[in-house]
Amino acid sequence: MNTANQYLKAIYLVQQIEDGPASTGAIADMLDVSPASANEMIGKLEDQELCSHEKYKGVDLTDDGIHRAREALQNYCIIERFLVEVLGVEDFRGEARQLESVIDETVADRLDTIIDREPQCPDCFHPEEDVCALLEVEADPAD
Amino acid sequence: MSLKTPVNSDHQLARLLQIGVVLEEVVEARAAKHADAAELDDDVRAFLREAAAESAIHRERLDELVAELEADSVPFDEVKQLVEQRYETGSDFDGVLYDQLCNEETAYKFYDDLIEVLEGADASFSIDRERVLAVLREIRAEEEDGVEEVTELMEAKE
Repeated sequence: MNTANQYLKAIYLVQQIEDGPASTGAIADMLDVSPASANEMIGKLEDQELCSHEKYKGVDLTDDGIHRAREALQNYCIIERFLVEVLGVEDFRGEARQLESVIDETVADRLDTIIDREPQCPDCFHPEEDVCALLEVEADPAD
Repeated sequence: MSLKTPVNSDHQLARLLQIGVVLEEVVEARAAKHADAAELDDDVRAFLREAAAESAIHRERLDELVAELEADSVPFDEVKQLVEQRYETGSDFDGVLYDQLCNEETAYKFYDDLIEVLEGADASFSIDRERVLAVLREIRAEEEDGVEEVTELMEAKE
């Protein structure tokens, strides 16, 4: 997944958590980058009409931005489910975050043929728990 | 800036190679299933059996690297069972060959991305990185040939 898609996914999730525009600080925190880096990329996404950024208010995804963010989130869900269901990985959240930049959507589509993903994906993703709410896993030990 | 995570540990490298093994297992199981199930011309059936055999060789080569990194691979029977449980595709020429084209293209893309990540990594692993890269480049070249072969077969059937 490329960097732009990782940003779109983060903005989408922060918007869900904040129930409104996403603050750049929260986006930077989610991606573990500096606020300056987040601002720079948000500017680029705005140029591509994938989001709009209003100072002191936050970032809103456009319809195109939402579409791409949901695709990116689906890929992420596939990686998490694959790690849990096929490889039995305990730290699947940490590893999914590492893998999402290497696992392209065509590869994710193939992995999807052997996992048990629900048709409503990615609506069942729990942004605060960083996992699909329908995936049976133990609570995140980091919490 | 980039959010690309560098591969800098044996654990991460083993994980990526395990994913490669599973992808090959998926390809092998689906190609074998198509070859058994569908009503096909002999040349298509032979191509699918050959593709399944090639994937088996690829996964064995990756398995060896995974074992050297002291990690386990997912047994083929386990993945075969998962493929069987969720297998669905058209069994005509187009469906079968299109699926095989996706298989070959996906594998090529995976190895291409993995090679790029490893070439950019400055970490050292407990196995020689150049040897891993050499294996991955050879497999990638064979996947590229596979894409060409299946494309030609599809064109011939048009």
